[in-house]
Amino acid sequence: MLAKRIIPCLDVLDGKVVKGVNFVNLTEIGDPVEHGAWYSEQGADELVYLDITATHEKRKLLADLVRRIAVNINIPFTVGGGVNQIQDADALLSAGADKISVNSAVLMNPSLIDQIAKSFGSQFLVVAIDAKNVDGRWVVYRNGGRVATDRELFEWASEVWMRGAGEILFTSMDHDGVKTGYACKELAMLSDTLSIPVIASGGAGAPEHFLDAFKYGKADAALAASVFHYNEISIPDLKKYLHENNVTVRL
Amino acid sequence: MLREIFTENHMESNNIVIIKYNAGNIRSVDFALRRLGIIAEITDDPDKIRSAGKVIFPGVGEASGTMEYLRQRGMDEVIRQLTQPVLGICLGMQLMCGFSEEGNTDCLGIFDSEVLKFKAGKVPHMGWNALEGIRGELYSNMNQESYVYFVHSYFVPENQFTTAASRYGLLFSASMKRDNFYATQYHPEKSGLQGELILKNFLKL
Repeated sequence: MLAKRIIPCLDVLDGKVVKGVNFVNLTEIGDPVEHGAWYSEQGADELVYLDITATHEKRKLLADLVRRIAVNINIPFTVGGGVNQIQDADALLSAGADKISVNSAVLMNPSLIDQIAKSFGSQFLVVAIDAKNVDGRWVVYRNGGRVATDRELFEWASEVWMRGAGEILFTSMDHDGVKTGYACKELAMLSDTLSIPVIASGGAGAPEHFLDAFKYGKADAALAASVFHYNEISIPDLKKYLHENNVTVRL
Repeated sequence: MLREIFTENHMESNNIVIIKYNAGNIRSVDFALRRLGIIAEITDDPDKIRSAGKVIFPGVGEASGTMEYLRQRGMDEVIRQLTQPVLGICLGMQLMCGFSEEGNTDCLGIFDSEVLKFKAGKVPHMGWNALEGIRGELYSNMNQESYVYFVHSYFVPENQFTTAASRYGLLFSASMKRDNFYATQYHPEKSGLQGELILKNFLKL
């Protein structure tokens, strides 16, 4: 049986792992490779590195960092942030990234999905979607949730899939940071509609939330940042809990 | 905690060659070997491949274009005639079969098996899945039900060469062996400690 995946997400700024709330009050907490290695030892199934570096010059550091991660980490990892054109994707692939995650760039230029999927394969491409329920309509946002688009979640997700994305990473902005659980109803709708894996993101605060995301949300993987960074939930304990509740996980 | 992989004394490299061709993930295999202290040579030189102690044939990509590439360079014959231990990974394993539904491609024919497309479930089959019925040298000191990492849209059904199976709607070959040819559908280079053990077992052959 294919196992449900647990994915810690690490925010990277200027080559360092940082944490903070909504990109404010960022505190440097260490080396991305060491953090990744630690998560891997803990039983993380995959890692997501999200580069939040603002300037283009500093972004060039990213390829070096990705190479260092690839050399040292023995599980798959995704790199998000800063992919605006196919050359950016190529550079990350060459540096050793297993997958890249794109968000705003494909909202501005959807055909970038087709290009990346055709050039490097769908398995290389995760499309991240941030959405928020606005009067009953799930509006897709870009630029880290700062700019509303005219896209609707389910339509956009279907288009992204049809264009060749390999996975969807769905973050409910209503649930993100609140720690009251993932958006299970929307996750289940996505999972039932799309024939590619769906990664749940936003809202994890307790082990039960992961269980719900898999059981009711039908998610293929669940991503979280702060509960893992602050050690509120340990990955070994979480996996044991999921296993006891009949979720297939890699122990 | 972090292994200083470039500064430690490297193990005798034992002349490991990774076949270079137009496929992705060659670098990942190289990195995984480095984590085990092995510096492999990445080459498409037939003489170097023939004289290597062990050969790794990795791959992420598409079958028909890749076979065409190998044929044009005479690499198909080189690989077929190798007598040292050879490890095909993912697409490498599929190309070692007789025929692939991907692009209706005639492959190397080392394993007399067909490669079929998954018709149910989410495709690609991506993530960690358990190995069942493991047997043979690659699995020395490994437990049944160990998890390894897969990413693939096509599969090889269970057959006489199967050395481990996995379940995704149906049972398929997670690994195969015939004589000196070993092959894994999963990616040992991305499969954590279990993957490292499998690579070590191959290197020990």
